[in-house]
Amino acid sequence: MSSRAALLLLLRQSPLILFVAVLAIFAGLSDRFLEPRNLINIVIQSSSITIAAIGMTFVLLTAGVDLSVGSVMFLSVAVAGKLLISGHPLWLALLAAIGIGALVGFINGMMIARWKLIAFIATLGTLFVVRGLGLWLTKTRAMNLPDRVTELGASSWLGIPMPVWFMLTIAIASHAFLTRTVWGRHIYAIGDDLQAARKAGVRVERLLLLVYVVCGVCAAISGWVALTQTGAVSPSFGQQREFSAIAAAVLGGTSLFGGRGNVFPGAIFGAVMFQTVENGLVIVNADPYLYPLILSAIIFLAVLLDTTQSQLVRRWNRRPIRAAQ
Amino acid sequence: MSRPLLQFEQIVKSFFGVPVLHGITFDVPAGQTLGLVGENGAGKSTLMNVLGGVLSTDTGSMHKDGAAYVPLSPRDAERVGISFIHQELNLFPSLSIAENLFLTCNPGRWGWIRRSVQHAEAEKLLQRVGLNVAPGMAVDRLSLGERQLVEIAKALNHQSKLVIFDEPTTSLSETETRRLFDLIDSLHRQGIAIIYISHALEDVRRLCDRVVVLRDGRVVGDGPISQFDTHRMVNLMVGREVDQLFPAQNLRTRGEPLFVANGLSQPGVVHEIDLTLHRGEVVGIAGLMGSGRTELARILFGLDEHSEGSISLNGEDITGRTVRERIAKGMAFVTESRRDDGLFLQNSIDENLVAVAAAGYGSSGLGWLNHSRLAQESERISQAVHVKKTVDRRQPVCTLSGGNQQKIVLGKWLLNDPQVLILDDPTRGIDVGAKLEIYAMIGQLASRGSAILVISSELDELIGLCDRILVMSRGEIRDGMNRDEFDRERILHAALHAGLEPSTTHDDSALNGEGVGDLGSSSGGVK
Repeated sequence: MSSRAALLLLLRQSPLILFVAVLAIFAGLSDRFLEPRNLINIVIQSSSITIAAIGMTFVLLTAGVDLSVGSVMFLSVAVAGKLLISGHPLWLALLAAIGIGALVGFINGMMIARWKLIAFIATLGTLFVVRGLGLWLTKTRAMNLPDRVTELGASSWLGIPMPVWFMLTIAIASHAFLTRTVWGRHIYAIGDDLQAARKAGVRVERLLLLVYVVCGVCAAISGWVALTQTGAVSPSFGQQREFSAIAAAVLGGTSLFGGRGNVFPGAIFGAVMFQTVENGLVIVNADPYLYPLILSAIIFLAVLLDTTQSQLVRRWNRRPIRAAQ
Repeated sequence: MSRPLLQFEQIVKSFFGVPVLHGITFDVPAGQTLGLVGENGAGKSTLMNVLGGVLSTDTGSMHKDGAAYVPLSPRDAERVGISFIHQELNLFPSLSIAENLFLTCNPGRWGWIRRSVQHAEAEKLLQRVGLNVAPGMAVDRLSLGERQLVEIAKALNHQSKLVIFDEPTTSLSETETRRLFDLIDSLHRQGIAIIYISHALEDVRRLCDRVVVLRDGRVVGDGPISQFDTHRMVNLMVGREVDQLFPAQNLRTRGEPLFVANGLSQPGVVHEIDLTLHRGEVVGIAGLMGSGRTELARILFGLDEHSEGSISLNGEDITGRTVRERIAKGMAFVTESRRDDGLFLQNSIDENLVAVAAAGYGSSGLGWLNHSRLAQESERISQAVHVKKTVDRRQPVCTLSGGNQQKIVLGKWLLNDPQVLILDDPTRGIDVGAKLEIYAMIGQLASRGSAILVISSELDELIGLCDRILVMSRGEIRDGMNRDEFDRERILHAALHAGLEPSTTHDDSALNGEGVGDLGSSSGGVK
């Protein structure tokens, strides 16, 4: 029994072990990697992906998935960009972006919670539709935004850069929501056993709707933060960011089978790790064509470990017929 | 006692025209601990599902505190203070104990959980059930016994006046069982009524004030526990003649050993299983649900692993071979759940029939199926298994009745001409006509020299069908007997015998199938 417990502990800690390994490898390959300046840089760079990963965590906790995140990022910053170019204030552009994220999330949620579509299919649909809308809106041309956008991204308050403020606010709010409110705990219950949750009186439909709205809003804010860092909207903005978000969440120990995972340390940790790998690859001057290969290898490893663990837990939790000697 | 807490009046329930409950009438007075016993299929679960709002009655009524009680959902039962402790617990492993206890009744405001208040409340409930762990601990770190205590704490939180325990001890350790019994005694002292359902009759005698015996959906015994020793309970549970449904045994002769399992063990599942099937022999496995009989069948067929022991077929060691290889060597397995494991429900009868044997019908090495030959074979088999002629064999299997579906499952294996056929509860939920045909097929196959292993919950079926019966309990074969020794009471005793972990003397008496009185009195020593 104790060797089982040890193995399980090891598997549960596998993200951390993976992270330490990554740090060690890059530190070995480049002296510059562990410099404080670079480490701070990693944190700032990871703000956008962390926010998307937090939204994705909500969805994954219910054993769902949202593939439309990258497209939502694109459409919401495209609209925000249009508003900014025509001279509207920053807060209005941000609000519009959030509104679009909430709307797409609401549509996803309705399809999944009310009409019982499979999350994968429903959000695959919105992935194409929403990106299509964005391309139509921008006429597939890149937009360069006024300098006040990048000035916002480069500004800081109380010594903490603006992107990190966005990230911290969302992380704290969502962590508190998931761990300290009834609805938050019900989201976990749904992920554990949807039918049992319904029987126990959990309002399953309403909460499923909520998690997709949260994911959409987070995607929009994630896009906004990235926008303040780059200052431009290209037609490929946000492309495949849903996979980065899923990868970050899974790297942080969130299960694809629902019920297990968290914002802190989970999603934050995973996103920072994801960014660390990207950053490390740049620092050691790796061939850019290798980036996706290496990143996907790490994601594959994380998912494999997660699956192994879930299977072991399920097998060990089978009701014994007789007490083991 | 003025008015009973709960009254069942003439409860009748049928499934697809087959009556399961024939007018059940009895009362549960407030504060009484009532034992409900009966064989598998006697109607206990159906009755409790009616009580819990999972099923509705056809006719008859229930009254709670004198008022009509018509539950439409499990929530309704909870609302009037009736709680169920099921074998399968309804807890969320990701959440803490406290969160499970207060899932939908949070003491805080605005949906904000005040953890200190919640934990303090949870602590009180946990103390009442004698569980000394932190309320913040996640449920997935608790043992099964501890989880059961959390379920009971949940019942206390709902101010339940009636708690139903459905086979609560099946997977508890001895210590956990003792603790559960102490707790049930203490609930009893607090004036909570209990319905205790169990096959462990000694436990029923130990815990209950009164016992109600069900057989075939009728109350056949009801009275104070002092009037019911174990012997009388078993007699009442059994009390039925074996029908003439079964094929004659004299058509077949027992040949050489064909399939031999030696010392099979898997921790927590089965222990030291020795089993030999001879050619032309039908061997039955009796045992309660959860005795390990299905798990044993899966191990024999290679679906699940075993850590020790060996299996051989026709003298050849097949330990560790894959299911595919075992099928190729002539093994077949009709699973317990035909809808989940046995059929491709959306596919046609033809496609299902040939699913196993398809490999043998390639026209060349390319793997194309020879459809005309398949159609002929499928025609032959569906005649052999008496699938109705009016049925179009291209229609999906899900449109057939349960009996016909089961015949398709059997036919699929017959096409492969099995040497060793394992059937897990092959006649569950099917009508008498289809049963007869399935018995006949089993008989034919045995007389052609195959070895057959039948698992069944129905003793009558095993007694009528088999040449030899083995009895399983707690993952072990407790007893075995040949046809001339068949004895319902002896089988039931071996199957039921594990209440508390048996003391050694108790164990021996059950193994040797000694007198019923011994078993009843030996339970006294276990308390």
